[in-house]
Amino acid sequence: MLASRNNCQDLRVVRMTPLGGGEGAPPLFELVLSPPGWDFRPGQFVMIRPPEWGLDLVWGRPLSIADVREDGLRLLVQAIGRGTRRLSELRPGQVVTVWGPLGNSFAVEPDKPTLLLAGGIGIAPFVGYARRHPKPENVTLLFGHRLPAESYPLADFGGLRKAEAVREQNPEQLARFIDHLGQTMRGYAHGGLVLACGPEPFLRTVRKLALTLKARAQLSLENRMACGVGACLGCVARNGKDQLVQTCTHGPVFWAEDVFLSEDAAPLGGKP
Amino acid sequence: MSSLDTIVRLPGLTLKNPVLTASGTFGYGLEFARYGNLADLGGIVVKGLSLKPRQGNPMPRIAETPCGMLNAIGIQNIGVEAFLRDKLPFLPWRETAVIANLYACDAHEFGELAAVLASVEGMAALEVNVSCPNVKEGGVAFGQNPGQIRAVTEEVKRNAGSKPVIVKLSPNVTDIADAARAAVDGGADMLSCINTLMGMAVDIRTRKPRLANVYGGLSGPAIKPVALRCVHQVCRAVSVPVIGVGGIASAEDILDFILVGAHAVQVGTANFMRPDAAFRMASELPALMEKLGIGGLDDFRGSLRA
Ligand SMILES: Cc1cc2nc3c(=O)[nH]c(=O)nc-3n(C[C@H](O)[C@H](O)[C@H](O)COP(=O)(O)OP(=O)(O)OC[C@H]3O[C@@H](n4cnc5c(N)ncnc54)[C@H](O)[C@@H]3O)c2cc1C
Ligand SMILES: Cc1cc2nc3c(=O)[nH]c(=O)nc-3n(C[C@H](O)[C@H](O)[C@H](O)COP(=O)(O)O)c2cc1C
Ligand code: FES
Repeated sequence: MLASRNNCQDLRVVRMTPLGGGEGAPPLFELVLSPPGWDFRPGQFVMIRPPEWGLDLVWGRPLSIADVREDGLRLLVQAIGRGTRRLSELRPGQVVTVWGPLGNSFAVEPDKPTLLLAGGIGIAPFVGYARRHPKPENVTLLFGHRLPAESYPLADFGGLRKAEAVREQNPEQLARFIDHLGQTMRGYAHGGLVLACGPEPFLRTVRKLALTLKARAQLSLENRMACGVGACLGCVARNGKDQLVQTCTHGPVFWAEDVFLSEDAAPLGGKP
Repeated sequence: MSSLDTIVRLPGLTLKNPVLTASGTFGYGLEFARYGNLADLGGIVVKGLSLKPRQGNPMPRIAETPCGMLNAIGIQNIGVEAFLRDKLPFLPWRETAVIANLYACDAHEFGELAAVLASVEGMAALEVNVSCPNVKEGGVAFGQNPGQIRAVTEEVKRNAGSKPVIVKLSPNVTDIADAARAAVDGGADMLSCINTLMGMAVDIRTRKPRLANVYGGLSGPAIKPVALRCVHQVCRAVSVPVIGVGGIASAEDILDFILVGAHAVQVGTANFMRPDAAFRMASELPALMEKLGIGGLDDFRGSLRA
């Protein structure tokens, strides 16, 4: 029946920690909110909207749940636009409306060699994934990023088999990263699991490689969302059966062969 | 807790309170069951239904604008049959009004849709969305043509049996009172107004429109003044009850609409601001009325001193 309500709560900001940025790049920060009052599965996300936005910004913003720990719900955010910039100005004690946990989650197959592929802020859902994985010795992280490595919570990946961060500041570095990506994925083509999160051009590259190598791969999509609960139909993606399905409820995680990414986006390495 | 009476009596339909949800912003209702008790709402207007399932428009189909948003979803929906089979049985229709929103592109199809829904227990009323771009008229929504509004309303009414018929008016017209009179002439039991306003947004970096469809419907707090004006004009032009829609985001907003003459309201884009928005507004309304010394909705309705 229709029990268990209300999954929309006003949470308090416990901590707002700037992590990095600079060089004209959008800054990153960590937001800790309390009390979350529920658990999550890695890959799930929340919608977040401070009441003080008033009537101005009408949508909440979708953010991956990086982790839920004793001190609260952790989010990693990159301040790229109007909403995330205003989130970066939150201070401890302020209240934020949060609804979730939303969406499906990444596959966990403990005995399979698992490759986490993160592009930039796409690292967020993997924090909790790595920490909660029953056999972290089977998990490897490959991380491509533009900001300095210190901007990201890489210490959280200490227990993994391997965690590798590759900076891609210019086109040559990016091309090298893509080569490296292909070679690494090759190792997971038979019996492995590849999980990817990052900007759409990055996901398109991973998808293409996964289909070519016949690697089992999941992609977490970052479609624009209004409601986050499957109601507005603004976030749809085309699935393998040629249906338009809500990314917020049927995703955000899709198997690579079961989703199409928008064709008109700039290719990886193209204009941001 | 207040003991104020918020019951709304409409032709063939009684609501426990004036707070309905607007079509397309509340899914099929079930999506919001985790955020409040659906039975606490005055009613639920579900996503626009067509005879056959529809895929809708290409992406991107939503864009945020100051105090509002644009959408060009294109009535993606599962079709009336799947709705009746997979959704309606799970909605608390014995406890709250579940209202269908009908979408078709000609009067005949509207009639067929109404006939399917008319026989269904659990369907409290039919709301007719007359905003389909009419191919015959060169893409002008037929909600803009009084003659066609009247014809569609007559056809729906003929097939609706005992179900009350609500005609949802578009603000994209020169004179909304003309559209209202056309719907009432066609037999509408009630009117709801307004649907979205045509708008667009562009990106100067990519030099592309922000919606694949180029134009979309503007909704949210940005349109409330327009909606309020439309409701005021329509309430003065016709004597059937009017349901106010457009930018309602608080209990105060609800009373604004009732003050200019509305019997009930629909909460739309505010459901995206937080998914418990409509539930909160319904629960906050009695206390607000008490605070303002409003004894009952019937006395307060249309009491604007203008
Ligand atoms: C399921 C999901 C999980 C997410 N998790 C995280 C997370 O953990 N951390 C995080 O920082 N971000 C995450 N995002 C992305 C985040 O939601 C967007 O960055 C945010 O909505 C942008 O809001 P804004 O108001 O700052 O930008 P806007 O003002 O709306 O847009 C500013 C600029 O950014 C571009 N933009 C906006 N949204 C996106 C997007 N989703 N992808 C690419 N470009 C975009 C716009 O085209 C525009 O040019 C996630 C998105 C989804 C759907
Ligand atoms: C995403 C979205 C989808 C909508 N779909 C429908 C629909 O299927 N049928 C309809 O009659 N109106 C539809 N509408 C219009 C709303 O029901 C409402 O009339 C409009 O949004 C104005 O109210 P608001 O400002 O409170 O959102 C839709 C609006 C939005 C934002
Ligand atoms: S964001 Fe509304 S349906 Fe996904």
